[in-house]
Amino acid sequence: MMRELTLNEVWFLMQAVRWTLLLAFLAFLGGSVVGLVIAILRVAETGPWRLIAATYIKIFKGTPLLVQLFLAYFGVNLLGLRVDSWTAAALGLTLHSSAFLGEIWRGCIQAVPLTQWEGAKAMALGGILRLRLVILPQAFRIAIPPTVGFFVHLVKSTSVASIIGFTELTRAAQMVNNATFRPFIVFAIVATLYFVLCWPLSRLGQRLERRFDRDRHQTIATWA
Amino acid sequence: MNYVFQFGAVWRDFDQLLHGVWLTIRLSSMAMVVGLAIAIVGAQAKASRFWLPRAIAHTYVEVVRNTPFLVQLFLIYLGLPSLGLRLSPNQAALAAMVINLGAYATEIVRAGIEAVPRGQIEAGRALGLKWWQIFRFIILMPAFKTVFPALSSQFILVMLGSSVVSAISAEELSAIAAIIQSRNFRSFEVYLVVAGLYLALSLAFEAAFGAINRLLFGREGVRS
Repeated sequence: MMRELTLNEVWFLMQAVRWTLLLAFLAFLGGSVVGLVIAILRVAETGPWRLIAATYIKIFKGTPLLVQLFLAYFGVNLLGLRVDSWTAAALGLTLHSSAFLGEIWRGCIQAVPLTQWEGAKAMALGGILRLRLVILPQAFRIAIPPTVGFFVHLVKSTSVASIIGFTELTRAAQMVNNATFRPFIVFAIVATLYFVLCWPLSRLGQRLERRFDRDRHQTIATWA
Repeated sequence: MNYVFQFGAVWRDFDQLLHGVWLTIRLSSMAMVVGLAIAIVGAQAKASRFWLPRAIAHTYVEVVRNTPFLVQLFLIYLGLPSLGLRLSPNQAALAAMVINLGAYATEIVRAGIEAVPRGQIEAGRALGLKWWQIFRFIILMPAFKTVFPALSSQFILVMLGSSVVSAISAEELSAIAAIIQSRNFRSFEVYLVVAGLYLALSLAFEAAFGAINRLLFGREGVRS
């Protein structure tokens, strides 16, 4: 039986946005925790820690998200737990975003001027304290624009979870399309919904980046 | 966990997976070449004196960068037939990858062109170079040198992203993996091997781009 594409169907699509956002937030939260550890290990003084973090980043940035999601999906199953696409999608996207955030934040930590590291050392601040009191607060500011940019990437990436059967916006679109068979209009609506979510965030990221750049130039100018 | 890994079933079909690797290489290489051509045109349009090409290029870039690749793929493969354009899965996959890469690479190439100092272009004019000589030797090649690392990582992202086109059963590595695992039910093993193949692919592309960079831009190109 064919259904018409009515406001009900459009409303169904708009409601699916919350699953997309919820999955993105979950993956961002999990990815932040793991990613921060990876970023800190990546700049550790002990060689092996750096190597482990670098390998982790290489592996998860060097394989497709889709394959990671499949491995999470079937891997959770192997551990004897009941497979559900929620766990698999959240786990897979967490691993994916932890590698990206780890790499982004490593760059931000290393962007803190060397003199700050040396200054902290001169104040006799050891490893963890040096990071917590001196480096990370400054790195945090540098990290905001690229992190906002990454969140946009993450929102778009959640669409891949539809392939392992997680019902978010893209999967909802497929369901509506199967019932109404109006592919062009359905996917155009969905593309618009994604655009409405992502575009303001992208703009925000770009604006912050420009502002921080300007601030940096200004500080240099006043010093010079 | 009392699961017995059985990779034997995977090795039996390994030559098919290798064929999938080749298909992925072919698909993403074609997307790279055409996408780069679009990017050069797009970057020129963004720097145009006239508002129309600027507006078109701007809209293209923003729309593509703020919607998921998977939705773009569905829009092309499922949506376009209702407008009278029917593409095979492989054609649709290539088209989606080209359009996607074209937008991201437009931004990258534009940044490279903007980084070329105005004075050098004026110097080129003062030396009596033709416009295409200025474009090729003073704008394009130095711009490429600046953005080559960013372009290479974008290419690798597109190569990894191409796994998603298995959703419309275009022929590439992930699609072949899906067929094999539906036959032997060794899903985890198959995707583990496939993850390894993708990792090898991205490392190989990275090495190849590094070699091209050295070949085109000499030793100093390595750093920039």
